Amino acid sequence: MLPTPDTSHVAFERVYEPAEDSYLLLDTLSSESETAFLRSRFGGGSSTNATTSAGTIPAPFVVEIGPGSGVVIGFVNAHASHIFGTSSVLTAAIDVNRHACTATRETVRKAAADVSSTTSSSPPKKSGSGTFLGAVQGDLTAPLRSGSVDVLIFNPPYVPTEELPRQPMATDMVTSETAPTFQDDSYLLSLSYAGGADGMEITDVLIGRLGEVLAPRRGCAYVLLCAQNKPEAVKQRVRGFGPDWRAETVGSSGKQAGWEKLQIVRIWGEKNNKDS
Amino acid sequence: MKVLSLNFLTCAVKACKSTTGSYPLHPKDAELVEDNLEVNSELLLNIMPRIDWPALSTTATELGFPSLPAQPPTKEELEADEKMLRDLHHLLMETQMMEGKLVCGNCGHEYAVREGIANFLLPAHLV
Repeated sequence: MLPTPDTSHVAFERVYEPAEDSYLLLDTLSSESETAFLRSRFGGGSSTNATTSAGTIPAPFVVEIGPGSGVVIGFVNAHASHIFGTSSVLTAAIDVNRHACTATRETVRKAAADVSSTTSSSPPKKSGSGTFLGAVQGDLTAPLRSGSVDVLIFNPPYVPTEELPRQPMATDMVTSETAPTFQDDSYLLSLSYAGGADGMEITDVLIGRLGEVLAPRRGCAYVLLCAQNKPEAVKQRVRGFGPDWRAETVGSSGKQAGWEKLQIVRIWGEKNNKDS
Repeated sequence: MKVLSLNFLTCAVKACKSTTGSYPLHPKDAELVEDNLEVNSELLLNIMPRIDWPALSTTATELGFPSLPAQPPTKEELEADEKMLRDLHHLLMETQMMEGKLVCGNCGHEYAVREGIANFLLPAHLV
């Protein structure tokens, strides 16, 4: 098993603490089926590496939306070689909560340092980590250039709630110097879990933006859903985007009364012709 | 945030997205820091096909780096030119923007960068 990133430095009173959903993402992204999928899609599949006859393999750009503590993107970045079959992977994160951005940056740094300190003693395997570009504060995919994302990871605010919390704006949490009040903290945490009707109000917006933000032909997304989110309907919606769109459940946990409590849906475009 | 991030970011205002002026964002009053990292030529070669070269050239010039060649170097050129490899490594991998602003060339909105984190949340009138 690949080690889970250390998040002991994170202030969990205002940043979502890693929980069952986070760990399901780690398990799924490092599972045999998903590493096989990602390796075949992003080129690091065989033992021969990047500089073979075919030339270079475009490094995938992996973005987590709403990383919270950074445990998931920290894991993906640190174990890029295992997951993608290459360490030529660029990673980044976007969170509305500025404290989550600083927490994520530190989690990513620590996790990558841990990997390189444990692998350096053994024979010179290439350091397994990707390259983290940074964490930015923003609303879902809004700051991203169209068609730029190869792998999007989203653990949404999926809990059904009567109302959606007010979405933060530029004037919120501008610096991390002022100590947040208890109310501020509760508000920040509510953004990490409260999903409005069916727990889907934020996820629906993100899914509607996938066609624009994912890289044509290469892009894919991993989205976590709970049973109340009506995952079958979500998958149907994605398949309705066009004949090339696919959506399948690729990880799940916690059966409850016959229902999977949590699941990871992989969304991707089926166009295997790499030369097109 | 690494300078390379600017190759993936645009203005967050919906109406700006489709305009050419919104990309790349223009750094202003940028304070840069340099990390000291080992050159990883394989990584650089694999990043090259992901880079929008004209946008990177704009960013490099605006940050006061020596101007980049008009065309992106081919794999063979890069493998044969250690200086160019080093220069690109320095610009893309080692340079971080810590403070300053990122300005949209279309709407003129300025996104603040503080402590290495850019704030792309919009003021109420632009949401």
